[in-house]
Amino acid sequence: MATTTETTTGRGSRNVLEIEGLSVAYRTEEGDIFPVRDVSLTIGKGESFGLVGESGSGKSTLAMGAIRYLPANGRVTAGRVLLSGRDLLSLSGKEMRSVWGSRVAVVYQSPGNALNPSIRTGNQIAEVARIHLGMSKQEAHQRMLEMLEKVKMPDPESVARRYPHQLSGGMLQRCVVAQAMVTNPELLILDEPTTALDVTTQAVVLDLVAELKQEFDSAILYITHDLGVVARVCDRVGVMYAGEFMEQGAIRHLFKRPLHPYTLNLLGCVPHFSLGPRRKTLNTIPGFIPRLDELPEGCIFAPRCSLAEPECRVAQPPLVRAGEDHLTACRRWPVVPTPAEHMDTITADLMQARGEAENRLLEARDVKKYYPVPAQGPFRKDKRKVKSVDGMTIWIDEGRTLGLVGESGSGKTTMARTIIGLVEPTEGTISLRGEVLGPTTRSRTRDVLRRIQMVFQNPDASLNPRQTVGQSIGRPLALFGTPRGEIPGRVLELLEAVHLSPSYYRRLPSELSGGEKQRVAIARAFAAEPDLILCDEPIASLDVSVQGSLMNLLTTLQAEKGTSYLFISHDLSAVQHLSDWVCVAYLGCAMEWGDAGDVLNPPYHPYTEALLSAIPIPDPDVIQKNIRLEGSVPSAVDIPPGCRFHTRCPRFIGDICVEEEPPWREGEGDHWIYCHHTFETLVEMQKETLRLADHDHGSPGVEVQV
Amino acid sequence: MSASVDTATATPVPTRRSRGETLRLYGRRLLRQPIATVGTVVFIIFLLMALFGPWIAPYGFEEQSIPDRLQSPTLQHPFGTDNFGRDVFSRIVVGARGIFLLGGTGTILAVMMGTTVGLISGYFGGLLDEILMRLLDVLLSIPSLLLALVLLGTVGPSLLNLILVVAVLYIPMIARVVRSVVLDLKTKEFVEAARIRGERDSYVLFREILPNALPPLLVEASMRFSYSIFLVASLGFLGLGVQPPSPDWGLQINEARNYLESAPWMLAFPALAISLLVVGTNLMSDGLRRVLQPGREDS
Amino acid sequence: MLSFIVRRLGFMVLTLILASLLIFAATQILPGDVATMVLGRFATEQALDNFRGEMGLNRSLVVQYGDWLFSFVQGDWGESLSTRADVRDLVLERLRNSAMLALVAFVMYVPLGIVLGVVAAIRRNSWVDHVISVGSLAFIGLPEFVTGLLLIAVFALRLDWFPSSSAIPPDAAFFDRHTLERLVLPALTISLVSLAYIARMTRSSTVEVLGMDYVRTAYLKGLSRSRVIGRHVLRNALLPTVTVVAIGIGWLIGGLIVTESLFGFPGIGRLLLFGIQRRDLPLIQATTMVIVVIFTMANLLADILYGYLNPRIRFR
Repeated sequence: MATTTETTTGRGSRNVLEIEGLSVAYRTEEGDIFPVRDVSLTIGKGESFGLVGESGSGKSTLAMGAIRYLPANGRVTAGRVLLSGRDLLSLSGKEMRSVWGSRVAVVYQSPGNALNPSIRTGNQIAEVARIHLGMSKQEAHQRMLEMLEKVKMPDPESVARRYPHQLSGGMLQRCVVAQAMVTNPELLILDEPTTALDVTTQAVVLDLVAELKQEFDSAILYITHDLGVVARVCDRVGVMYAGEFMEQGAIRHLFKRPLHPYTLNLLGCVPHFSLGPRRKTLNTIPGFIPRLDELPEGCIFAPRCSLAEPECRVAQPPLVRAGEDHLTACRRWPVVPTPAEHMDTITADLMQARGEAENRLLEARDVKKYYPVPAQGPFRKDKRKVKSVDGMTIWIDEGRTLGLVGESGSGKTTMARTIIGLVEPTEGTISLRGEVLGPTTRSRTRDVLRRIQMVFQNPDASLNPRQTVGQSIGRPLALFGTPRGEIPGRVLELLEAVHLSPSYYRRLPSELSGGEKQRVAIARAFAAEPDLILCDEPIASLDVSVQGSLMNLLTTLQAEKGTSYLFISHDLSAVQHLSDWVCVAYLGCAMEWGDAGDVLNPPYHPYTEALLSAIPIPDPDVIQKNIRLEGSVPSAVDIPPGCRFHTRCPRFIGDICVEEEPPWREGEGDHWIYCHHTFETLVEMQKETLRLADHDHGSPGVEVQV
Repeated sequence: MSASVDTATATPVPTRRSRGETLRLYGRRLLRQPIATVGTVVFIIFLLMALFGPWIAPYGFEEQSIPDRLQSPTLQHPFGTDNFGRDVFSRIVVGARGIFLLGGTGTILAVMMGTTVGLISGYFGGLLDEILMRLLDVLLSIPSLLLALVLLGTVGPSLLNLILVVAVLYIPMIARVVRSVVLDLKTKEFVEAARIRGERDSYVLFREILPNALPPLLVEASMRFSYSIFLVASLGFLGLGVQPPSPDWGLQINEARNYLESAPWMLAFPALAISLLVVGTNLMSDGLRRVLQPGREDS
Repeated sequence: MLSFIVRRLGFMVLTLILASLLIFAATQILPGDVATMVLGRFATEQALDNFRGEMGLNRSLVVQYGDWLFSFVQGDWGESLSTRADVRDLVLERLRNSAMLALVAFVMYVPLGIVLGVVAAIRRNSWVDHVISVGSLAFIGLPEFVTGLLLIAVFALRLDWFPSSSAIPPDAAFFDRHTLERLVLPALTISLVSLAYIARMTRSSTVEVLGMDYVRTAYLKGLSRSRVIGRHVLRNALLPTVTVVAIGIGWLIGGLIVTESLFGFPGIGRLLLFGIQRRDLPLIQATTMVIVVIFTMANLLADILYGYLNPRIRFR
């Protein structure tokens, strides 16, 4: 193990957190494992440090080990942690308690679970002030309201009186942040604070973090898997892999010129708008993160690295200084290609020569799906309806992909379930090649069932845990008439098509990783030789490097088999990467739709505009428009009248938006926008903000994106 | 960097286990709980007693010998004799058979009926589910021993009636467990995938859902069996269990009441037998839960 | 919250009606000919006919049921076949005694069970936890008649601290030494099973809460362990215990029947057994109905209490 304690240093200001050579061990059935090994970092006052890594990289363990909050089987085995010069590892339990909550505060992933469900939120925040600031009840109450105002909470008095279940996710996360900032802590640890939130809510919380940086001078340790988020809120970043830092440095250096192959690859895995034309392959990293009990000799990334040479596998390379404020653990860093060179080597063009005239494959017209509101009493029947899908029309052409984007509550999943017949539409028709289909699976013929398949979001639930991979893929073959004797052969072919070796045939789902399960699910869908596959967030729960390879797989298979996709996602970058057509949905209704190129370029529907501006892009030089949506998505029971987006619309006109349903405006080519604004006014308005952003950041060569 | 496609075969992921390893893991998990292992061993010993009782017992369970009455434990009568001079050990060994016959058969019946009700109720839902669940609530609204007493008091404590009563009492609990598992599994994507393929309900129920409901069902059944021993013994004590002269542990204890001071072994050994079997079964089912449903604390 | 209570009340009434139907069916339809059952197989045809006439058994079952339920609701619980006494007086007197016994047991096992469960959860996987967990698992498996006899053997026969029989006069006054010391052993006997049950359930709900994110938040706010447990854990962990205690009343009732019979205590459980031995239908029906009503009410009360204590239900 290398003993380097070299770290990059912050802006030269006083260091708040200094971690030197920290190692953490977990006791397991098979002996000790070390999820964090000899790791060092420093964060200065008022500085934010992004800790990036995929699952299993040890990023949370590092943070929790540093502040000595490990599970019972975990312990710090080596290293030093200084908080403003004070050694945390030497403190007693009682002393540590006086550090927690007052000098160090932590905010983590799901805000819904982070607050106690049976205590009013205000009291939970005030509790910190009472304990650490020795305030009286009244003073603490005042302080709490002050904090809620600082995090821009609307109506703090009433929020303070409410219980957590009465608040939305975004509001909860603000409460948690307010609670963390009560004592103006020296160090604020944010552990994936926005991962459970919708994109637009995430954008608001990220803005909040950026503002807090201005207002307080806390050092921030920001843990995330999302490179885009880091680029938006962090000053410096450290990339972790299997318990060690691969690279550390100021974000501008690191994103512009990564000096470690792992970082380079991670950046290449994410589709983003600056990447250029669609249907290029994304980068993938072969192999898997090594098991902690079977760490390779030498550089831990070497087995998956294309730059690796025999020497890389001999000794573990130390972090070396490769530039001002830039450290890398790659001994071959001088030959690491630039991102541009890297892209050239990996982006095999997958775009097929596509004919113009296409046949309409599927059409879903005026689909509505209403659910009854659960009755509140035996004598009180609630006549209102939950309008999950409220009049949506989409169509998909043969061999093409329609991307359906929206945040939670947009009705996108219900739409897919209606198309495939899992739920019966309240109104509307679904037709395949002009033939109107029955409303449920029971009323559809076997052939129709065969022609539409689905890939689900959650890989852990999409395969029967008691059936082998072979059984799972073989069943649709048997059902749709493949002769019994040919089934094993076909299954092997399908396994090969999704890049799984024949040895997977007899495995159970519990023996597979998330990405492998999704591959099997894709193979199962293709086993039926369908015309259309509905992909409901198929990559959302996977690590970025796996997401890339699955998107590649979907693209290749489509090119080979001519299957159409309905690709449902909350992730506009992924949709942009995969889709020919895009439909943006809000509250059960389409807002904008058409050819992907048209939809994702100005003029935008105001909602699309807000979505695009909310996406964190992993490039610190990209300037985005600052359009934020206020409040949260209205309840699907009381859909706002007129334009359903008017309550949050940043381009709100006036009464007309409240009183009248907007018209569908048709633009040039295939492009429709559901808005009271005309295309011309939208172009005009959106040009204006673009200029403003440009003005803010004058440097030439900077790419101005959405 | 190698481009475009990757083959996911290189190195194993941390979570991956082969099936043999999984089985060995279950075994290791069980052995790492010495208490559960002891429980299982106790259970098996009693099961053997129930199966081979008449061949193990040194005396016939009805064999009276008035001159030998109320003898303390000796080599001839390791557990002593009772007020009729019958061998306590033999009566316990043969009595195990009755307990397993009643409790075991009753539990198995309850599992069969309860699973059917739970599967149907959970899978089809709607009005049928509502009605079935209300009916089960009614059964649950009467404390189980009370219901057993009322039923047996009116229809009489025959062997068949006892078995049926045990079954009726435990159907609701088992049906509820199965139903809740089904409700959970029904929304799982692999079940939806089967419906999308147009699988028949019977396939979905028996091939996709039931196999995944087995672990919790097994745990519940073993728990119910231990309760049934408790119940059968209590009924025997109250005189509404197996009728004399058949040997029954509860009955034996009831008879021992009058000889607490003169012949404490008459109480001690049957009491020990009941406690050992019930506690052993409890420990075993607790162990089963931990092995089959790791991560889930008690019910 | 009001609609929540109303709905629960509705369910309770429905359950009670169905339960009464079940009890009626079990006592009057299931056994076949009631007259033969009560009078015995060798009764003359004349006696049987007279009995049927007296009991109204010649009418249709629907009428019989309706009549029975109506009288029961009105408080007319009939006359005991074996003692000719008024069933209502008999049942209410014995109910008073059982309630006293149950109350003594209840105050012993509920707090103790909760404390043991919480302690085991907090000291999870320590020897304290192992002792409590295995101990509770063992006691859950000990039938009352076994523990009762053991207690008699030790505390009554060997040590002679308490009397071995609790056969007090049915109308005995409670707050005197003579009665109270006769309550100790039966109350202890009933408590053990329920104690174990509550301890187990409390432990599991506390363990669950201890694993919640908000407990981590509380620790990382710098709260002391006692404050985290007292303010953040218990509140949520004890919520399900309300329901557990109510369900445990079912065990308690079963325990009462066995224990009263063992100690000769004049309570409702012993009355029921007496009724069953004498095939005294009105007595069986009335005791059973009373117990079911009490059990159902306890569950309803627990539901309402749970709803009241749980903000997620209170502020829906």
